[in-house]
Amino acid sequence: MIKQQVSDDQTTAPVKLWKVSVSPHIKSSESVEKIMWTVVACLMPPLILSVFVFGIQTLFITAVSVVSCVVVEAVSQKALGRRVTIKDGSAVLTGLLLAFVIPPGVSPLLPILAAIFAIYIGKHLLGGIGYNFFNPALLGRAFLLASFPVAMTSAWLSPVEGFGIFSYLGTSIDAISTATPLAVMKEQGLAAFTEAFGSGAGLYTSFFLGWRPGCIGETSGLLLLLGGGYLLYRKYITYHIPVSILGTIAVLTWVFGGETYFRGDPLLALVTGGAILGAFFMATDYVTSPTTKISQIVYGICIGALTVLIRLKGGYPEGICYAILLMNPLSTVLDSWFKPKRFAPPQGGAE
Amino acid sequence: MANDKSGMQLVVNGILSENPIFRLALSMCPAVGISTTVMNGLMLGIAVLFVQVFSSVTISIFKNVIHPRIRIPTYTLTIATWVTVIDLVLAALLPDAYAKMGIFVKLIVAFAIITMRLEMFACKESVKDSFWDGLGMGLGFMVGMVVIGFVRELLGSGAILGYDVLGFKPLLFFILPSAGFFVVGLMMAFFNWIELYYKRSKG
Repeated sequence: MIKQQVSDDQTTAPVKLWKVSVSPHIKSSESVEKIMWTVVACLMPPLILSVFVFGIQTLFITAVSVVSCVVVEAVSQKALGRRVTIKDGSAVLTGLLLAFVIPPGVSPLLPILAAIFAIYIGKHLLGGIGYNFFNPALLGRAFLLASFPVAMTSAWLSPVEGFGIFSYLGTSIDAISTATPLAVMKEQGLAAFTEAFGSGAGLYTSFFLGWRPGCIGETSGLLLLLGGGYLLYRKYITYHIPVSILGTIAVLTWVFGGETYFRGDPLLALVTGGAILGAFFMATDYVTSPTTKISQIVYGICIGALTVLIRLKGGYPEGICYAILLMNPLSTVLDSWFKPKRFAPPQGGAE
Repeated sequence: MANDKSGMQLVVNGILSENPIFRLALSMCPAVGISTTVMNGLMLGIAVLFVQVFSSVTISIFKNVIHPRIRIPTYTLTIATWVTVIDLVLAALLPDAYAKMGIFVKLIVAFAIITMRLEMFACKESVKDSFWDGLGMGLGFMVGMVVIGFVRELLGSGAILGYDVLGFKPLLFFILPSAGFFVVGLMMAFFNWIELYYKRSKG
């Protein structure tokens, strides 16, 4: 009887006022282009700083990387018959991040090859923007590391003296190359590390500000944190992934990183290597990271654990690149494992 | 199940339109693992060719006395017999090359392509057709291995058949197993593209 009434009500309701459309119903002013260009802008301060740390050639390497990424993107989109979308900034961002994770003393030929691999094979052959399941920039770095192991692990430069940003131009890389803090720590131990880089609060400060050997964009924790903080403020990324990655690295290094348990140096583990760059700008890539909160935290913890594992027990001094690449394809799996609870689950099945 | 193709057509079929590596995507493990040089690819290709031809012929001869329920164990034992033969022959004649290939010659027993051809072809067709089919499949595998080995050796170590032709090592990446997947994938795309192009031009 009641049912009958309900259906009567429905039929008599003014049907024309019921406009049903497909979600989303709320439109925002954000777009892919806006987000990408904002991230690019957030990466500018570390790039400018790298000029004053490693010299003017970092700008040149970055420019080569960005230009070749954009060109490869345009060519591969043309070749695959897709719409050319080089203006959305994603290729520029990939190029910038690619340059940020290679040593400052490499030949400019390397970023070109890495751009071809990252954009064409890593991005467009795997489906294009939105479908690639590996971070293209890190894929480019992994490709370079596999192809040019000598250049990629030895072309580090010491920070220049004063403002001598042209001092590395025209010199042979073999004569001036140095080692990264993590490599010294891994291969020669803590004593050699203290001898080479000093110790105490001054060490942390100079490392945090960026005055240490390393990849082009990874050195300055301060500027990267500022950029990441701005992305957090604009709500382009959430705190879940960066905080869980950095927290896991700090805790696990504190527990396992020292001579005995609970004697490691968590702060040093965060300011050396590419942990901050990876946590804020690489692992939070929309396409290759999970979407739900719990799976993002699990994803971050796994990346942090893998990073510490590679750093302490693996063959490379720094492991965050491979850690992120290993977890990237698992992000969809994590999403399906940690599904959020539905507000109104169907009761008694569908009628 | 009469086969309407001639012997020559079967061979060409195995090399081009049903190439084991590029079209059927079978036996990818050796294609990725051992094809770092042309010589390795050629050696394994010869071994597979031998085993494929002799196994096909053997199964085809005895197809009427093999009980269907135990056909898979029978295939495996037949393949294992011929693999043992080629294993001992290679170890005696070419000890250096044999040492480089290591376990992969023995692993031919488990190659999907050989068992599949026995199951799909040799257990139904005449001895003559089975011989041509085995020859085509073995040659197709060999051609695939040599092509992959050529690309990887040239790009990875700048050499062909051990002779240094480029004088430098362009991309060390291509020696690594992961590059094997890329080369195989790009080759597959190339084969598909050629077929598409051929069909389109034909009408």
